[in-house]
Amino acid sequence: MALTREQLAQRVAQELQDGYYVNLGIGIPTLVANYVPKGMEVMLQSENGLLGMGQFPTEAELDADLINAGKQTVTMAKGASLFDSAESFAMIRGGHVDLTVLGAFEVDVNGNIASYMIPGKLIKGMGGAMDLVAGADNIIVTMTHASKHGVSKLLNKCTLPLTGKGCIKKVLTDLAFIEIKDGKFHLLERAPGVSVEEIISLTEGKLVVEGDIPEMTF
Amino acid sequence: MAGFDKVVSSYEEAMAGLEDNMTVIAGGFGLCGIPENLISEIKRKGTKGLTVVSNNCGVDDFGLGILLPNRQIKKIIASYVGENAEFERQMMNGELEVELTPQGTLAEKMRAGGAGIPAFYTATGYGTPVAEGKEEREFDGRHYILEPAITGDFAIVKAWKADRYGNLVYRKTARNFNPMAATAGKITVVEVEEIVEPGELDPDQIHTPGIYVNRLILGTFEKRIEQRTVRSDS
Repeated sequence: MALTREQLAQRVAQELQDGYYVNLGIGIPTLVANYVPKGMEVMLQSENGLLGMGQFPTEAELDADLINAGKQTVTMAKGASLFDSAESFAMIRGGHVDLTVLGAFEVDVNGNIASYMIPGKLIKGMGGAMDLVAGADNIIVTMTHASKHGVSKLLNKCTLPLTGKGCIKKVLTDLAFIEIKDGKFHLLERAPGVSVEEIISLTEGKLVVEGDIPEMTF
Repeated sequence: MAGFDKVVSSYEEAMAGLEDNMTVIAGGFGLCGIPENLISEIKRKGTKGLTVVSNNCGVDDFGLGILLPNRQIKKIIASYVGENAEFERQMMNGELEVELTPQGTLAEKMRAGGAGIPAFYTATGYGTPVAEGKEEREFDGRHYILEPAITGDFAIVKAWKADRYGNLVYRKTARNFNPMAATAGKITVVEVEEIVEPGELDPDQIHTPGIYVNRLILGTFEKRIEQRTVRSDS
């Protein structure tokens, strides 16, 4: 079975480490915050100027001056700090964020990512995504493996305008956990009940399968 | 106004001198920390042909979005613009020029502009449409592109508190682009929720020193919330 949105978030959460500063993109990545392992401390960076993002506010706590990068009202966690946008992207561009999780439309075997624009269709802009992929060493892309019509999103070469070039090393799809190196995809894990053959058939780019591929555990 | 006193008493006075085809840099992220009354004054004045530099362009009936129906904006430099229907319509019809700029690059362009740095290299956007037509250079095996700084004829800024000398304090994430915008305007206009006497703000806690501020006005604010998300009390 393909992973649910919650399972995708759960699997990403297994990559967290105690003391990590983490930037979570909009959508599935945001859900990762719900699965931080017990006893582990991570601090969430929101690129609009908050390090130490807390949960959503109660009605009583609601504050128009305190939002996250998705423009949702939030609170601050204990030990939070506030800063301007230039400072925020100094953290990001300067490589100070330990883990970045974001979505994508396409990735390819050379670690290119397309996530912000479908020409003639959706033109909203890249927001902070280009800075995040250029600045972070440790990035996990979360996405669906293929379109509803079975067209692979893991490609030999991205077809859409790029968000970043050669910067993606890890991709978690609803079917597989994949590493990108040496111009190839490498299958690390598969979703429970999903066969290696199915993953191969839905992966356009060269996919290396070595030995038994374990199922993800939750 | 006398000496270092930057306070003006009307929005008309605050935006005096804004003319057609000028560049305006605006602070704010989404609808958070936007100079909402200064934007309304630009609408009232009817200034046209503006180049606006701002992370976003408001929504249809609030923030910079209110300058769209009368076609006051010729070009916008922004990182994310998808929150208003009229914007999308004008962009798709080629009536509005849009220069999409990565958020961190946009912040740094304003910062550099205000700091007298004409351009800077960044890895952000290398190998993407953002890099087209820009100088590329390698440092220590990594690729960078040269991004020019931005300055504006006007900068419009929202802060929380100020003293009469224009020393500013922002509140929570309403800070965002405002401090950089404040440095990058030939004329920087700031609206605030409270104005105190010089000496009342702790000098150690001032985010933007008054040297960057030309005009200061006391406003009242709607502070509209774009995505109201709450959890239940428990």
